[in-house]
Formats: sequence, C-alpha cells, structure tokens
Amino acid sequence: MAFLFLGMSYGFLMRSQGFSFLYPMLMSLFIFAGSMEFVTANLLLLPTFQPLHAFLLALMVNARHLFYGLTVLEKFQGMGWKKPYLIFGLCDETFSIHCAVDPPEGIDRGWFMFFTTVLNQLYWVAGATLGGLLGYVIRFDTTGIEFVMTALFVVLFLEQWDQAKDHRPALVGLGCSLVCLLVLGSEQFLLPAMALILACFFVLRRIPPKEVTP
Amino acid sequence: MTLWQQVLTIAAVVLGTMTTRFLPFLLFPEGKQPPPFVRYLGTVLPAAVMGLLVIFCLKDAVFTAWHGLPEILAILAVVLLHRWKKNIFLSIAGGTILYMVLVQQVF
Repeated sequence: MAFLFLGMSYGFLMRSQGFSFLYPMLMSLFIFAGSMEFVTANLLLLPTFQPLHAFLLALMVNARHLFYGLTVLEKFQGMGWKKPYLIFGLCDETFSIHCAVDPPEGIDRGWFMFFTTVLNQLYWVAGATLGGLLGYVIRFDTTGIEFVMTALFVVLFLEQWDQAKDHRPALVGLGCSLVCLLVLGSEQFLLPAMALILACFFVLRRIPPKEVTP
Repeated sequence: MTLWQQVLTIAAVVLGTMTTRFLPFLLFPEGKQPPPFVRYLGTVLPAAVMGLLVIFCLKDAVFTAWHGLPEILAILAVVLLHRWKKNIFLSIAGGTILYMVLVQQVF
C-alpha cells in the first residue's frame, strides 16, 4: 500500500513536469529503484545530455544495493532461473522483506521470495502509471509538488540517522555535498561531492567511532 | 534533451542501477569474502548518500532570492512531523503541502 502511494506521487510528479504517463510507467518497470527514479526525472529536465553523469549518479545513489547483495548472497544460492529476477528486483523494500519475513511453514522459500518481488514491482509500476494518468485528469496548481522528492529523502535520512549508532557517515554526506555546492555551484558539484565523500570514508575508516557513554 | 537523449539517459541509469545489484553476485559467486573496504562502504554509504540527495534537491534553491527559505521551513515541518508521528506518508505529504502553499501564496 505504502508503495502504491509513493509510486502514484512519482507518476503525478512526472506528469506535472510535462512527461507522458509512459515515462513513469516504463521507468518504474526498468529502473525499479524509487529514489533513483525521482532523481532521473530531474536529470531528464537538465538542458545538457550527460549519460556518464547519469550512470555514475545511479552507481552512487544505489551503492547500498551492493550491501544488500552481499547480505543475501547465501539466501539466493541455488535459486536457479529465479535468481536473476530476484537480483533485478532487489530494491529497498524487497530487501527489507527478505530480511524480516520468513516464509510460512511448508512454502518453498524460492517461490516465496519470487512472489514477494513480483508483487512489490506490480504495486510500484501500477502506482506510477496511475499517478501519471491521474495527472491528466486532475488539474490544479502543482507548483511546488516536486518537493515530494526532497521530503522523501529527508525522511529516509532521518530513518538512517535513527538506525545508526555512528552519525559521522550521515554528516560526511551532508557536509561534503554542501561544501561542494557552495564552492562549485549547482551545475558541477555532484561528481566532486561523490569523490570527496569516498575520500572522507577512506580516511574515516581508520578512525574508530568514539565510545558513546550511555 | 531530444527523445533519444532521454532514452539513453534512462538506459544509463538502468545500467548503473543493475551494476550495483548484480555486481556482488558476479564478484563473489560462492561464499567468497569481499574486501573489508567494500563491506565498510556498504555500511556507511546509505546514510551519506541520503545526505547527498537532500543537498542535491536543494541545489537550485540555495541560489535564489530567498536562499531556500521556503525549502528550509518545509524541511523543518517534515522533520517535526516525522519526530512526532513517525509516519512516512504523513511526513512527506505534510511537508509537500506546506511547501506548495508557501511557494504559491507566501513567497
């Protein structure tokens, strides 16, 4: 359900930016990574064509999938033909279900995970398409609706913050990006910011987090 | 951008996303341990990338006449709502509606 709502707001946003409903539908089908689809909407609105930039951005934004993959390496063993699809559909929500929910007694785990993924994707694509279509019917002043993306990231940032004991990674991300933005301007801050974040982590890894006194 | 440039941009994003999903399985086929720095990145990047994305969303607002004041107010609303009810959809919807009112009526 939650997924459907977010998918709809994404489709609606795309439509309000002047895209046909086919864009949210096909993008949610092929990319199937919520936050990256919102970001891609912005990329498509840029006047310049920068595929390398888009590729690298997708790598960074979705770098967490590397971690998901490492976590479920063993779970996905021996899944046969289902394995490629399971990997393709390994988005945030699917991953959290794989980790949190065990299949009921007597149900094959491969099929259980397979249908979890299929249903998740159906909800998401349906939501995005529906939102895109609703955008044709409902007409009101949508100025400012793009803030739904900012709000989403702020909420996800808070969720990450609450889960983490060590807040330095979050601050590194925020700080490096802000500094690069202010120094380099909005056109070209993104790649340097990513490089600076990676460099910070290279150093930070050697410094253990301070002991937190309870 | 032309239609083909948009298609190629989306293709680049798909390629990047799928690289992150398939790479671990290609690199470490059967129970091979990934190097420590990669595993470390897996634990710290999620939080950092969210910070990056928040700034990315504000990249144009900072340089406007109001220096992102409506954005900051709406973000504050999102944070407060989320601290109060812990409901993702309430926080997002509340913040977005406030922002829309702010940019349409106030600023």
